[in-house]
Amino acid sequence: MIRVKALCKYYPVTRGIIFRRNVASLKAVDNVSFYIRKGETLGLVGESGCGKTTVGRTILQLIRPTSGDVFLDDVNLCQLKNQDLRQMRRRMQIVFQNPLGSLDPRMPVDRIIQEPLAVHNLLPRIKRSERVAGLLQLVGLESSFLARYPHELSGGQCQRVAIARTLAVNPDFVVCDEPVSALDVSIQAQIVNVFKELQEMLSIAYLFISHDLAVLRHISHRIAVMYLGKIVELAPTEELCQKPLHPYTQALLDAIPVLNPKEGAYQQAVSLMGDVPSLFSIPAGCSFHPRCPIAMDMCRRIVPGLKTVDDRRLVRCHNV
Amino acid sequence: MSVLLQVKGLTVHFHTKRGMVRAVDGISYDLAEGEILCMVGESGSGKSTSILSLMKLLSKSKHDIIDGEVVFEGRELLRLSESEMRHVRGSRIAMVFQEPNTSLNPMLSVGRQISETLQHNLGMDRKAAIHRSAELLQMVGVADAKKRLGDYPHQFSGGMLQRVMIAMALSCGPRLLLADEPTSALDVTTQAQVLETIKSSADSGEMAVILVTHNLGLAAQYCQRVIVMYAGHIVEEAPVLEFFNRPQHPYSQALIRAVPRLDQPVEERLCSIEGFPPNLVAPPGGCLFHPRCDYAIEVCSTVVPSLTYVSESHRVACWVCSKGS
Repeated sequence: MIRVKALCKYYPVTRGIIFRRNVASLKAVDNVSFYIRKGETLGLVGESGCGKTTVGRTILQLIRPTSGDVFLDDVNLCQLKNQDLRQMRRRMQIVFQNPLGSLDPRMPVDRIIQEPLAVHNLLPRIKRSERVAGLLQLVGLESSFLARYPHELSGGQCQRVAIARTLAVNPDFVVCDEPVSALDVSIQAQIVNVFKELQEMLSIAYLFISHDLAVLRHISHRIAVMYLGKIVELAPTEELCQKPLHPYTQALLDAIPVLNPKEGAYQQAVSLMGDVPSLFSIPAGCSFHPRCPIAMDMCRRIVPGLKTVDDRRLVRCHNV
Repeated sequence: MSVLLQVKGLTVHFHTKRGMVRAVDGISYDLAEGEILCMVGESGSGKSTSILSLMKLLSKSKHDIIDGEVVFEGRELLRLSESEMRHVRGSRIAMVFQEPNTSLNPMLSVGRQISETLQHNLGMDRKAAIHRSAELLQMVGVADAKKRLGDYPHQFSGGMLQRVMIAMALSCGPRLLLADEPTSALDVTTQAQVLETIKSSADSGEMAVILVTHNLGLAAQYCQRVIVMYAGHIVEEAPVLEFFNRPQHPYSQALIRAVPRLDQPVEERLCSIEGFPPNLVAPPGGCLFHPRCDYAIEVCSTVVPSLTYVSESHRVACWVCSKGS
């Protein structure tokens, strides 16, 4: 349903104040391609600064990409004018990370959820409140919440309201930008379940962005791993978690602390040294090579391409 | 091992317009020398508040109540004057905060900020302090330590800044390190590196650590003992192996189940805890967890359960558990 082709977002790096000139470009998203089927969830994982959020926003054209195409069904979103894009926005929505920050503090829940209906002029005004009550029930909130303001809600409740708002327009595709990262584990589990139930009922496609592979494993059908603006591995969830092919995916999996401590079985958890390099100076060759435990001479010189493995897995590594 | 820190009936109540908020309500625990203790719980459960009150870092207005006993190295911290407390902070008890980039002064170089602590607490001269700062940075794994002393906080990444914070905390050889969510703002890969740093300095320097976190995985991997807090109370305390193999309190069990895991098959639904944490201004009667508890019996809604030992080192505050044993 959603097809992303060679999506790039470069930001110019400038020097000089009066004679401003471009000296380089910062490649926030570099040649990213994938597709998402109807009712499917694609997980997108990576460290901070790897371009996950930028991918989400460029797909929705909240940030216009430098080059590349995004197709929703057969419409190329990148070539639409803002006016036509507005029509398309009814079909694609976004849930943000900070639940409190994405709700207008001066509107009660009732009006927050009604707003997209009003913007898209979807229902006659009298029918709107009925729809809002239905939506609230869908995300598991009582109708007593309708008159409350965002500051009266907890983080989990705010996130439910934000989800109800995106659902108001019956979207086919929702970008979930770290929607559970700011929540406690018990609440996080509730919200993940809400997303799953809604998908089963309404067959919405999700692009689920997170830095936590364990969360993604529970909600995604396939997972894409990003590093410095590029996809380094893309595979069905279980295959990726059980048998990661890229050393970076392996490192991400290793870094998640395991919940069952055993006597004397304390393992060295660090398998990845150093920090993510700055996007201003991406290493030559494979961008992961300075941190890679199995880097070879070739990795320092030649940029690896995406290889297809087992027909449905993609990996960007010389060693595979 | 001898006891380093003894907390008895620590209580912090804040006065607000809506009434008294019982942020921390009579918690007691001991900490042995060199031990790594983990405090877990959801946000708002009073973890950070209890840690801040140990350091007397809470700004106390007239109507707030901070009560109880905190005995550290034989001294009662809550009764110390501000000037006496200054000699404890930094040199005897050090602290690492959640957000490294907001806890450092952006206008001063990192070297200056570390050496400042050394000059103030240990009376070193500037040259010696700078030399020592470089050693400390090296110790916590900052590459090119000498060169980086002149750098400012914005020139470091989040993980590196947290190491600077740790270097600063370790600079005076404290006996106790309070780490308040030290890795919550960091990536998983960096998180492991930072905690390794804390753990190795604890092991080598015979320093005790209280690690406050909401991440149970970290507790499992790095700690010796776990304290679970819920709505300002300790609901369970146990050695780490005992805690993860035989959690007793329904809340601890639910918390462990709610963590999405990589080592078990994916289930259709994640186990969640229904409902929300209680309002601390008007908490429910009896056990604070009873409205969300699957096992609640009648007595739970009327009488507050006290922490009782179910085995030698395992305490639980639950009517159902204490009846079962």
